[in-house]
Amino acid sequence: MKQFLTFVKKEFLHVLRDKKTLFILFGMPIVQILIFGFALTNEVKNSNIVVVDYAKDIASQEIISKIDASRYFEITKSLAGSATLEAAFKTGEIKMAIVFPEGFNNQLLHENKAQIQVIADASDPNTATTLTNYVSSIINDYQAQLNETNPVPYQIKPEVKMLYNPQLKGAPNFVPGVMALILMLVCVMMTAISIVKEKEMGTMEILLVSPFKPIMIILSKAVPYLLLSMVNVITILLLSVFVLDLPIAGSILLLFAESTLFIITCLTLGIFISIKTDSMQTAMLISLLGMLLPTLLFSGFMFPIENMPLPLQWFSNIVPSKWYYIIVKNVMIKGLGFSYVWKETLILFGITIFLLIISLRSFKIRLA
Amino acid sequence: MSKKVISCKGLTKRFGDFTAVDSITFDVDKGEIFGFLGANGAGKTTAMRMLCGLSNPTSGEATIAGFDVYKETEKIKKSIGYMSQKFSLYDDLTVQENITFFAGIYGLSDKAIKENSAALLKQLGMEDQANKRVGSLPLGWKQKLAFSTAIIHKPEIVFLDEPTGGVDPVTRRQFWDLIYEASGNGITIFVTTHYMDEAEYCNRVSIMVDGRVEALDTPTNLKKQFGLATMDEVFYHLAREAKRGE
Repeated sequence: MKQFLTFVKKEFLHVLRDKKTLFILFGMPIVQILIFGFALTNEVKNSNIVVVDYAKDIASQEIISKIDASRYFEITKSLAGSATLEAAFKTGEIKMAIVFPEGFNNQLLHENKAQIQVIADASDPNTATTLTNYVSSIINDYQAQLNETNPVPYQIKPEVKMLYNPQLKGAPNFVPGVMALILMLVCVMMTAISIVKEKEMGTMEILLVSPFKPIMIILSKAVPYLLLSMVNVITILLLSVFVLDLPIAGSILLLFAESTLFIITCLTLGIFISIKTDSMQTAMLISLLGMLLPTLLFSGFMFPIENMPLPLQWFSNIVPSKWYYIIVKNVMIKGLGFSYVWKETLILFGITIFLLIISLRSFKIRLA
Repeated sequence: MSKKVISCKGLTKRFGDFTAVDSITFDVDKGEIFGFLGANGAGKTTAMRMLCGLSNPTSGEATIAGFDVYKETEKIKKSIGYMSQKFSLYDDLTVQENITFFAGIYGLSDKAIKENSAALLKQLGMEDQANKRVGSLPLGWKQKLAFSTAIIHKPEIVFLDEPTGGVDPVTRRQFWDLIYEASGNGITIFVTTHYMDEAEYCNRVSIMVDGRVEALDTPTNLKKQFGLATMDEVFYHLAREAKRGE
């Protein structure tokens, strides 16, 4: 144990001595959070929505078929009541709901104006805004159609409600994404490089000849980065609460537990890369291309996964950051409990165990 | 007869069809400086890895400090020191931090670390440099520091893998003074080198060719045996017979 602590202490010294590493470690989260503050726009296609039709009259049916015909929407089901709506939003099955009040057509004909309620999941504010804009324009279109033949103008007013993130802050979308990105970068790249560096410098040989167990070398490499990553998680959360005014809706404890799990996933990945490579450059390249890029592309943080071709959608399932991103979004922004994220947690856990087993196996092969 | 600290008999390592080390047999006595020579690719490194407990032999026997290379690798690791060709201290740590770290992973107590490192710094005359980063030291000093660190836990044997590669002749000479001193303190030195003048400093020298030990004796006897004037000529005479290249 004392040997282990000696080793961990040495790893900390390495990190603290290296100004560049320190900057990457602690400067990057801050820079990223600020850079990603500029919202990203993206087109949204085939979003799952739900229609609750209390009116069931000609006007409501016509609008529904118009929406259904649009390539932006996929009406998954028509619910009878609004009781199940909330559940559908929480599981993330639907992005938007459209509610027609009772007697919609009557009201429109007699009072010349009627209202439609549009509820969107604004934890992803870009998507929510885009979707509500599409719906509004479809409704406007229908309105214009009616008014062509009628001397007295009709007025249909969509009443938009943004769920979870009423002010449509851009932050909710990118904070979980940046968390996934930073942890990936710090854990995977830094761990991989720090182990490969010992190989390159020739110090690994000395360590292997010493009575210190190889598995302990790996462990003591991982511990400092686990702690430093926790510091990063705290930094990002503090920034998002105090600088971006984005409160943490769910349990902080759960958020930390999930983050720890993801950090371990990343550390395992880093260790795996370091076992397979012998030079720092290779390790860095693999970490960047193999880990960062998929995180950017396939976590759903920048580009909606629903829009991708099917094979890419399947591929996104093996990207650990995707699951972490979903978890953080649900816990931090929607304020959901463990019962809503257990599936994602289980998948992440499975990926970690799988990586751990193959790393340990290839580590043994390397030693033999 | 003095105590044998390294003893191997028919030690062999095969990688598939390739026999890297072909049934080598020799003993090394306590406090001896044993030169382990051979051209690149002769199997020195593989042999040394087996003796250090880093890789399992395919067949044959060997004991290091009385411990079996198959079953007691953990005990072997505690009884040996190792320094490699590549410089092997951490440049970004100070002299004292490096010493403390390496002493620490060998499980030395805090008290022993303090005493041993103070003695080490005094011996090297580096008390003033204790808090300097190793990266800022001249190569010769680093090399000496690396050697002293490799024996900080007072091992029975220290393995040196081309320890003086790329070092100027003056520093090499000073480095060998350290080796003699360690040997005088009863530490057995097992050293590989490409410098034949260094081979002359050894008590006994073995020369490996194509995985086999082709010659093993004192430098004086070896020269006599082959009727040649210098170790350089002896080495060349044996090594040019080699079938395997690098």
